[in-house]
Amino acid sequence: MSDKTTPSNNSFLNDAGNRALIFQILLLAMVVFAGYYLFSNLQANLDNRGISTGFSFFNEPAGFPILIHLIEYTEANTYGRAFVVALINTFVISLLGIILATIIGVIMGLARLSKNWLVARLATVYIETLRNIPLLLQMFFWYFAVLAALPAPRNSYEFADFLLNKRGIYSPNPISQDGFGLVIFGFILSLVASIGLIIWAKKRQTRTGLWFPAYWSSLGVIVGITFIFLAIAGFPIEFDLPQKSRFNVTGGMVLPPEFVAVLVALSTYTGAFIAEIVRAGILSVNWGQTEAARSLGLRDNLTQRLIVLPQALRVIIPPLTSQYLNLAKNSSLGAAIAYPELVAVVMGTTLNQTGQAIETIGLCMLVYGSLSLSISVFMNWYNNKMSLIER
Amino acid sequence: MAIIFKPSPSLPPPSTSVGAVAWVRQNLFSSPLNIFLTFFSLYIVYLLLPPVIEWALIDATWEGSSKAACTAGGACWAFIGVYFDQFMYGLYPEAETWRINLAVILLVVMVGAFAIKTINKLYLSIAIIVVYPIVAYFLFAGGVFGLEEVETSLWGGLFLTVLLGVIGIVASFPLGIVLALGRRSEMPIAKSVCVVFIETIRAVPLITILFMASVMIPLFLPEGLNFNKLLRVLIGITLFSAAYMAEVVRGGLQAIPKGQYEAADAMGLTYWQSMILVILPQALKLVIPGIVNSFIALFKDTTLVYIVGMFDFLGRIQAANHDSNWLGTTVEGYAFAALIYWIICFGMSRYSMSLERKLETGHKRN
Repeated sequence: MSDKTTPSNNSFLNDAGNRALIFQILLLAMVVFAGYYLFSNLQANLDNRGISTGFSFFNEPAGFPILIHLIEYTEANTYGRAFVVALINTFVISLLGIILATIIGVIMGLARLSKNWLVARLATVYIETLRNIPLLLQMFFWYFAVLAALPAPRNSYEFADFLLNKRGIYSPNPISQDGFGLVIFGFILSLVASIGLIIWAKKRQTRTGLWFPAYWSSLGVIVGITFIFLAIAGFPIEFDLPQKSRFNVTGGMVLPPEFVAVLVALSTYTGAFIAEIVRAGILSVNWGQTEAARSLGLRDNLTQRLIVLPQALRVIIPPLTSQYLNLAKNSSLGAAIAYPELVAVVMGTTLNQTGQAIETIGLCMLVYGSLSLSISVFMNWYNNKMSLIER
Repeated sequence: MAIIFKPSPSLPPPSTSVGAVAWVRQNLFSSPLNIFLTFFSLYIVYLLLPPVIEWALIDATWEGSSKAACTAGGACWAFIGVYFDQFMYGLYPEAETWRINLAVILLVVMVGAFAIKTINKLYLSIAIIVVYPIVAYFLFAGGVFGLEEVETSLWGGLFLTVLLGVIGIVASFPLGIVLALGRRSEMPIAKSVCVVFIETIRAVPLITILFMASVMIPLFLPEGLNFNKLLRVLIGITLFSAAYMAEVVRGGLQAIPKGQYEAADAMGLTYWQSMILVILPQALKLVIPGIVNSFIALFKDTTLVYIVGMFDFLGRIQAANHDSNWLGTTVEGYAFAALIYWIICFGMSRYSMSLERKLETGHKRN
């Protein structure tokens, strides 16, 4: 018997390593060739249609209005500026959506676990209804059926100084007067003080075991100090109240119906998914943990906060991240009801006007890619912070 | 004399601990907070339920030919009745809709045939996967055997929605498996190609892919070679869903214990033999619920084709809402669409849950 470790039939092609190498070279060649083929077609097509590539169109005037803009924007501004406006709109709606969806999700998830039969049933109905209806349909519903059915400006619903009508939700617009800098200074001071308070409380608890309600009292510190500075400066805020006239509303701040519809649809829809994640996370914590906490003499809310929640969070965070990513990506559906976010402005109007398909679509994909990446980086950091430290 | 201990019969439990009263006390009024929550929930139900029932059922109008017929003040379901065919088949010629119905019946019969014990399941699967799509295509598109040709631009309504969803999921399934295997492969180039593809697709919204499919694909193809919009959108949907499918399948592959891979190697199976005969059958069984869930997600996402100008179910509802004969029936249209989508999606999610229980063979590690 020979003591060869390789099989006798060791031709070149029978070696696993060689085969893997050949397969990969072929694959790479295919990818490169496909890329080259598509790219050369693209070049030929663009030449035929007389489209020049590049982002030089960014410096040309856009010539279209954008209804919702948080920075100065007029039709005379460039495409580049329009892109930034749209980018901000996407960020704003994603961020607010994530915050609202988390709040709704936590409340509904806890409600579904409630011992109260009626509350649990209602939460179940909410979750199962919203999860199983397409988001676009829900957005259309809010925009075309609910918000469009609101009265005209002159018949607005009024709550205190708020107005609600077809054109959106109007609220008083705070305008800062002289001396407002002092209030901002006071607010920052109170923030520093409350952070100091929390650090002190934590250190003291580690050292002596004595517990101090740091979060509630720091809330008090922030409100109190800011209020004192407001009083010292003589309340330097004036409110520009919305006034309704026959056909329109003047003054005040407005949340346009497009914005409200997208925000409501996104946050209620994603909230239903988050509710299920929260519920699953809490159920995943072994009942023995709760019993152990009780036998140590912890009160119910402390059991929840110190024992159940930290363990549930470990299960909750990874799927929560993907829900946040979904929400950010789903904000692109706002394009369908003319909320001027990235897809509507860049892939819609800009693409139609300039014909720069490659640049606009590529740019949008890049932006969504980086948005997704940054959310997942942040959530991974948070997940690592919360995860079990194994020894 | 011995004293015989004779216990008196137990009393029935107090009425406060069994029966309806006890249930209500325990579940609705166990603490002040619960009492408050119960009344709060009752108030919400009171606010929502009676007006909705009154609107949708009691005051509703079921028949009529225009909005003017709806005078009862409630829902105008006559609108749905008039537009029903369009919602189901889009602009498909009315005389030809039997072809769609026939294809659906055919599919139901074929899938139903799985229940017959004596039938050869392999042949049946091949018939469904290979023969049926060809038959269905010729039924839908026509142009052969004297069937009138129907352009794909006329396809629409719920028919198009189901078509997009089913083709998207079926076509993305093999692609997703290949991508998942590639991602788990030890070959660096194969692995990175798969990872880049999956992560790129997953990082962007479906709508950008659809725009890409409808606007950019023509730019990437040589002059003269072009195919219709439905096919382009289908390619976009398939690639999109394949990336998600790959992640679902990868979850299943990772759940298979290493011993199974090693055992397959020890038996002398080649890579593909071990995958097809040993690993994938176990892995795919594990992820069936995940596959159904991604089908539900894809089914809901097919509504997005409306944004690139195709009139699926939701698109037809939107279009019908602009009919001047039926102004003010927006809510009815959306309610109908929501009901249909809800029934399909909720039904599938329940089905996936029952499947999960049925396939549970006790190997689950807790």
